[in-house]
Amino acid sequence: MILNIIILIIEVAVVLGVLLLHVAYAVYFERKILGHIQARLGPTEVGPLGLFQPFADLVKLFFKEDNIPFGADKFLFTAAPVIVVTCVMTSFSVLPFAAGWVLANINVGLLFILAMSSLGVYGIIIAGWSSNSKYAFLGALRSSAQIISYEIPMGIALLAVLIMTGSLNLSDIVYAQDKLPWGMFIFPQIIGFFVFLVCALAETNRTPFDLPEAETELVAGYLTEYSGFRWGLFFLAEYSAMYVMSSMLTICFLGGWTLPPFLTNLLPILNLVPGIIWFLLKVYAIMFFYIWVRGTVPRYRFDQLLKIGWKLLLPLSLTNLFIIMIIKKVFMP
Amino acid sequence: MSIPILFFSYFALASIVLSLIVVTRKNYIHAVLWTLLLFIHISGIYLFLNAEFFAMIQMIVYAGAILVMLIFVIMLLNVRHEDHLSDLSSLSIPKVFFVFCVFGILALALQASYLNTIGKFSIDVVNTFSDAKLLGQVFYSEANLPLIIMGVVLFVPMIAAIVLAGKRSDE
Repeated sequence: MILNIIILIIEVAVVLGVLLLHVAYAVYFERKILGHIQARLGPTEVGPLGLFQPFADLVKLFFKEDNIPFGADKFLFTAAPVIVVTCVMTSFSVLPFAAGWVLANINVGLLFILAMSSLGVYGIIIAGWSSNSKYAFLGALRSSAQIISYEIPMGIALLAVLIMTGSLNLSDIVYAQDKLPWGMFIFPQIIGFFVFLVCALAETNRTPFDLPEAETELVAGYLTEYSGFRWGLFFLAEYSAMYVMSSMLTICFLGGWTLPPFLTNLLPILNLVPGIIWFLLKVYAIMFFYIWVRGTVPRYRFDQLLKIGWKLLLPLSLTNLFIIMIIKKVFMP
Repeated sequence: MSIPILFFSYFALASIVLSLIVVTRKNYIHAVLWTLLLFIHISGIYLFLNAEFFAMIQMIVYAGAILVMLIFVIMLLNVRHEDHLSDLSSLSIPKVFFVFCVFGILALALQASYLNTIGKFSIDVVNTFSDAKLLGQVFYSEANLPLIIMGVVLFVPMIAAIVLAGKRSDE
């Protein structure tokens, strides 16, 4: 009993440690790619090729002044970043990184991720409200409206995956894809993949949907009054959420840690490569897409954002659901 | 005391205490946030019945959607503190009567329920099938008429909202 608990705690610590390292280097990754897109070099000074830049940033954040604005709700102001980070980090406990590599193999993993992302909204609303600042408040209202409206097409896109699998367990979803000859759910449901990809951008407040923190209108949105390490926690949550969304895309549409069977039949040597490598390759391909979009696509207006959510993505996701129902009924009885 | 009982008593006690805290807060936003904590504890109680699906739906629908709507309304109306209605002297007889009526109905409902009998969906049944599957079976076979009526009931406010929104844009 006690041994099990100790093993579990060690597992959690290892996953969180590896994750934090990945998040730190995602920032480096993003700055380098953005730099090359804009014909600059990105960070080069700290360490070889600027590889120690994330740690330098971390030390800087630690020693910055921790400022709580006058008239703020002190308790909620300090609680908000913790709520956001907790909700994102908890999502990692149900993600299977490779066969059997999952902290909690629960039957409702898919719903758990959705629940955690909807609880994360509270952190943002509280951050905006407790700052006692108009910019932060408007940013928080925008952000929550955005996250709630994009959660609906995202949920319906996942519903199509659920119909194909018949299980809410994330590992079962990957095994179901492995049985298909082409090994991925992206093929019958390419529309669902597109909808989820766009919703993932909006859910994590990334460009072109980063309206809550649009600098030209709202200073920094709900982050305006935060400084030092509390701001760092929000930053950490944003990048971790990118990993959650990329992992969800990988697991639900790209076959998780497995390779398409026709590829492994062609080159049996690929079976020797551990599944985590394929998983990370797929996740980083999507992360690169995230950053690529940030480097190339301009920001939408807020009414355009809501129009895309309700008038484009929602009908598209329903169409996808309808097509998948027919495919399931006719071709996979 | 075994660990499950310990955990259950925590969740049950915390739910009662949290609901008391919710109704005594003066700041509306704080009250809503305490309600959020209450909802999370209630979904914890669902987990004791092996109903993971219900627990997650409780989190997504109640904590994730309805409560956010409530927070939106409070923020848009911009009410920060409840200044009146805070002392017992403002209690009127109709209010007290209404409260007693609600408690009476609750007591009658509790009397009519059977205690200590195991129904069709015991924890073992839920364990062998998943609770999502059982829910689907009950919804679409035994309870399909109530389901359709619920759909119609939920459809009516949607029409009302569309009509109200249409009126606003004509002006």
